[in-house]
Amino acid sequence: MHSSSQSSETNQQVLAVPLREHKGGLMTAVKATLMRDLTLMLRRRGEVLNPLVFFALVITLFPIAISPDPELLAVIAPGLLWVAALLAALLSLDSLFRSDYDDGSLEQLLLAPQPLVALSLAKVAVHWLLTGLPLALMAPILGIILALPAGSYAVLALSLALGTASLSLIGAIGAALTVGLARGGVLLSLLVLPLYIPVLIFGAGAVQAAILGDGVSAHLAILGALLAASLMLAPWAIAASLRISING
Amino acid sequence: MWAFIHKLGSPKWFYGISAKLQPWFWAAAALLIVTGSLWGLAFAPADYQQGNSFRIIYVHVPAAFLAQSIFIAMAVSGLVFMVWKIKVADMAAAVMAPLGAAMTFVALFSGAVWGVPTWGTWWMWDARLTSMLILLFLYLGVIALRGAFTSRDSASRAASVLAMVGVINIPIIKYSVDWWYTLHQPASFTLTSRPAMPTEMWLPLVIMVLGFYSFFIALTLMRTRSEILRREANKRWVQDLVNGQVEEAR
Repeated sequence: MHSSSQSSETNQQVLAVPLREHKGGLMTAVKATLMRDLTLMLRRRGEVLNPLVFFALVITLFPIAISPDPELLAVIAPGLLWVAALLAALLSLDSLFRSDYDDGSLEQLLLAPQPLVALSLAKVAVHWLLTGLPLALMAPILGIILALPAGSYAVLALSLALGTASLSLIGAIGAALTVGLARGGVLLSLLVLPLYIPVLIFGAGAVQAAILGDGVSAHLAILGALLAASLMLAPWAIAASLRISING
Repeated sequence: MWAFIHKLGSPKWFYGISAKLQPWFWAAAALLIVTGSLWGLAFAPADYQQGNSFRIIYVHVPAAFLAQSIFIAMAVSGLVFMVWKIKVADMAAAVMAPLGAAMTFVALFSGAVWGVPTWGTWWMWDARLTSMLILLFLYLGVIALRGAFTSRDSASRAASVLAMVGVINIPIIKYSVDWWYTLHQPASFTLTSRPAMPTEMWLPLVIMVLGFYSFFIALTLMRTRSEILRREANKRWVQDLVNGQVEEAR
């Protein structure tokens, strides 16, 4: 299959200058996309740091608005941490495809001989690595200032690490659908937030269960199942949505 | 079979066949809803616990049924549109969305009104109310996304993708909300388990549900016809049709 396509390619080369060459397979393209996105994101430190600062700021608002009482805060801390992390992840979504759309490199991604599904998965992986994972690592520190009961810190970080991966995948569908729109930001949250609810329920539920001393494995297993399902299905929807946004 | 589907895909053919089907569904809807309402509101016996307030069920349950069915119908239409590029399917999906949102709102509102006599409050974070509320947001998202695009083709395809993503998520959302609710369930507010409904109570309910479905089909046919005329306004057959009617009016 592969060799035949290559031979037809070489036949074309004789006739005319080919538009593109089949250099390297799927893994090369995925690796190149990963490296490119990582480099770009690390050069724009602000975009990586802003969601984290936002996360910390929102967490600061709650004790001011509700009550500085540690006992009260301890009760609501799991939910607050999860909602604030979810909103921070949501805020970072708009930039996922935006700059690539603006400078035209998204079109190149669509034209690439490698499947768009795999390449968009690579982009989402970088997004999670630089927003979801830092949020998960930072959450325990914010847990301390919310007087989160001991014993739930590891579960908080783990549930956020698992959950934000699903959030990035689901959110990327919304980001891909709205990337062609001039002011897609609010619309993006309207589309994506209802779909985030299952992850929120089991993520916050895992931390709650850890505090109460119940088993957390059921919650974490379901978070993992949600991640597996979105890993399987979301890339197809992301690729289809990107095609709609570019061609439309 | 395939010939039939391809015929159905042509807006002109659909416009003709729906004109013939439409009156039947309107008649069925009117007959069933009038019968069901009269029977349910006036003749069905009052509930021994809830008294007459239970009669909201005759609006609440059909609306809730429709709210969920319309989303599925919308996603199926979206799939048909994406796979076979049948434009009529997308037109139907476009007109279904506001109707589905309206039905979800009716279900929520009637649920809230029903909550006052049974729970003593307008709103409870009940599992079913919560998933209905999320369903309403999903509908609003689909409607907003369709409205946000300037190109109609992009709008159609984007709304189709979102409807399909939504329909995969609806069962997941439903089960997670159920789980969430059983973990947080406040003991004092539960509906006490009722005995199975007697026949004279559920029969009008079945009639109402069928009536609501007929109403939905009739309304969708009618609005799809208007949508066909709007989108195909520059086609010859639509212009001939309009000119013919103008001549008739003279």
